[in-house]
Amino acid sequence: MLEIRDLHAAINGKEILRGINLSVKPGEIHAIMGPNGSGKSTLSSVLVGNPVFEVTKGNVTFCGKDLLDLSAEDRSHEGIFLSFQYPVEIPGVSMVNFMRAAINEQRKYRGLSPISASEFLKLMREKRAVVELDNKLANRSVNEGFSGGEKKRNEIFQMAMLEPKLSILDETDSGLDIDALRIVAEGVNKLKSPDNSCIVITHYQRLLDYIKPDVVHVLYDGRIVKTAGPELALELEEKGYDWIKKEIGE
Amino acid sequence: MSVEQQYIDLYAQCEAMICTHSSEILNSARARAFADFKRLGFPTRKQEDYKYTDISKCFVPDYGLNLNRLPIPVDPYEVFKCDVPNMSTSLFFVVNDSFYKKALPKSHLPEGVIFGSLKDVSEERPELIAKYYGQLADTSKDGVTAFNTTFVQDGVVLYVPKNVVVEKPIQLVNILRGDVNFMMNRRILIILEEGAQARLLICDHAMDHVNFLATQVVEIYAGENTVFDMYELEETHTSTVRLSNIYAKQEASSHLLLNNMTLHNGITRNTTEVTLAGPGAETHLYGMAIADKNQHVDNHTFIDHAVPDCESKELFKYVLDDHAVGAFAGIVLVRPGAQHTNAQQTNRNLCVTRDARMYTQPQLEIYADDVKCSHGATIGQLDENALFYMRARGISAKEARLLLMFAFVNEVIDTIRLDALKDRLHLLVEKRFRGELNKCQGCAICK
Repeated sequence: MLEIRDLHAAINGKEILRGINLSVKPGEIHAIMGPNGSGKSTLSSVLVGNPVFEVTKGNVTFCGKDLLDLSAEDRSHEGIFLSFQYPVEIPGVSMVNFMRAAINEQRKYRGLSPISASEFLKLMREKRAVVELDNKLANRSVNEGFSGGEKKRNEIFQMAMLEPKLSILDETDSGLDIDALRIVAEGVNKLKSPDNSCIVITHYQRLLDYIKPDVVHVLYDGRIVKTAGPELALELEEKGYDWIKKEIGE
Repeated sequence: MSVEQQYIDLYAQCEAMICTHSSEILNSARARAFADFKRLGFPTRKQEDYKYTDISKCFVPDYGLNLNRLPIPVDPYEVFKCDVPNMSTSLFFVVNDSFYKKALPKSHLPEGVIFGSLKDVSEERPELIAKYYGQLADTSKDGVTAFNTTFVQDGVVLYVPKNVVVEKPIQLVNILRGDVNFMMNRRILIILEEGAQARLLICDHAMDHVNFLATQVVEIYAGENTVFDMYELEETHTSTVRLSNIYAKQEASSHLLLNNMTLHNGITRNTTEVTLAGPGAETHLYGMAIADKNQHVDNHTFIDHAVPDCESKELFKYVLDDHAVGAFAGIVLVRPGAQHTNAQQTNRNLCVTRDARMYTQPQLEIYADDVKCSHGATIGQLDENALFYMRARGISAKEARLLLMFAFVNEVIDTIRLDALKDRLHLLVEKRFRGELNKCQGCAICK
């Protein structure tokens, strides 16, 4: 589904990603862990086409298409979704209008007619239930005045609405209390299918107790330095990252 | 020859003709206004209050004037398709600067309420009009007001007697019509006696593709405990100059809302002066401007807190695209002794391109010590983070920008207290941002 080959990316001339190789197959869940500043969020930003970052080398294919050739909006239409680490507040744009625009643009891309008002409301209601998002929030401006937990739940709600093939959860667990974490993780699990995949970026084992990864990668200094099964996450939780740094000779 | 000279000559030659086709009350104010105009001339950018708009330059081209009051061959009820339908208003027209009298609709106005030609009403009810006409619009201070008072021949009166509530909104459509470049000078006089209530929507439409210059002077007398809303919607074209001066005086516990929306224009200057003359009076000034190409919108407001315990609230928002220029100057004067004044002023602006320019100038003069006054002005661009967030959800860059701009001006539209107008404006603004409102929408002739 996703093939990343020797990906290099920079911001303001400073190289952050220094040769990422990653392959994600349908139905897989990959966890990416690593110390602060290792390039985890940069990787997710580059995958969804944030114009702040410049790809300097390498290529990425998604379902057979050259991903780096697509605009941010077309990557979304093709089925990539990023749950933002810091969801953006958009005062004055209601969640309803925002979601309707997103759904309709996706439908347009796929050659479908715009969704009817009643169908749309039904869809909203149904998907809201996945993350127990209050109707009141759905009627407010996008993320405006939402608590940290509500913002993250809202991200998963949007994921439920857009039904992506590949979801990237960028530190979705940060700033969540235990209950919110459980709701968010259960939401992600409900949306799981054998056809869609997930990349979970996290610092902690805690989230992985709920969302069970098939593969765990350690990202360090812009490269994936270790890849193993779920047991790696436990080991990291216990021992930290120093032993990996030693292992790779730093 | 100065810009003024051709108009000074014109008046000297045509004074008799102008007076013949107007009323005694309007004529009686001319001599003084003319003297003031000769002394003041048109405002130039050298004057602080007109720093951002060169009015004088607007008068340089040659315009035709209809001083002989020849009937303009147009039936507005036929050609005008209202841009705000389903609103169920009492609809009236001013064609150029004449009140349209033929085929007046059956009046839905409550008994005693007058809405009609300023010329006619000032002949039928001279005692009423003489008491108010020209009392607020001081010709000795402003060249445009002096010019308008010199040349004006007709316009509109709204009179609401004591304690009468006009439930149905009144709509006045100013139609600019001409085969050659044309100038019109119109006048609006609004009198609300104690306890009266009314709502007025004024729309400006330019029907022909010639150059228009319209001056407008509005005087509003809001008696004690009155409630008055006035919405102005400009949808003209890029060869139109609109110079509007509004003067309002509010007595105790009156409530005034003025909302001026520039949807499409050429050069626009709106001056609004409100005097809060009785305790407990409340004024709300709102405005919105959407401009692109070389459009120019200048709103100048002056709120005079003359007595204690009054409230004023101002909110103006501009979205400027291409090479558009916007200006906002807001003066709030709190006079000595005007304690417990509560004044709020906000001006927020979006410059969508690097070439768009916005000038904003909040100005508070406070001579009382127990008051609450605030002001805020910002000029910025669309939020890049918000744009990317929307694009990451599949919303195209174009659509995302549109949603953000729409959200930005929505705050002003939401102050409208006429639901049908509010709904309609949502639609018009969306069309405007999508570039589908390039010309006046309301006239069948434009289609």
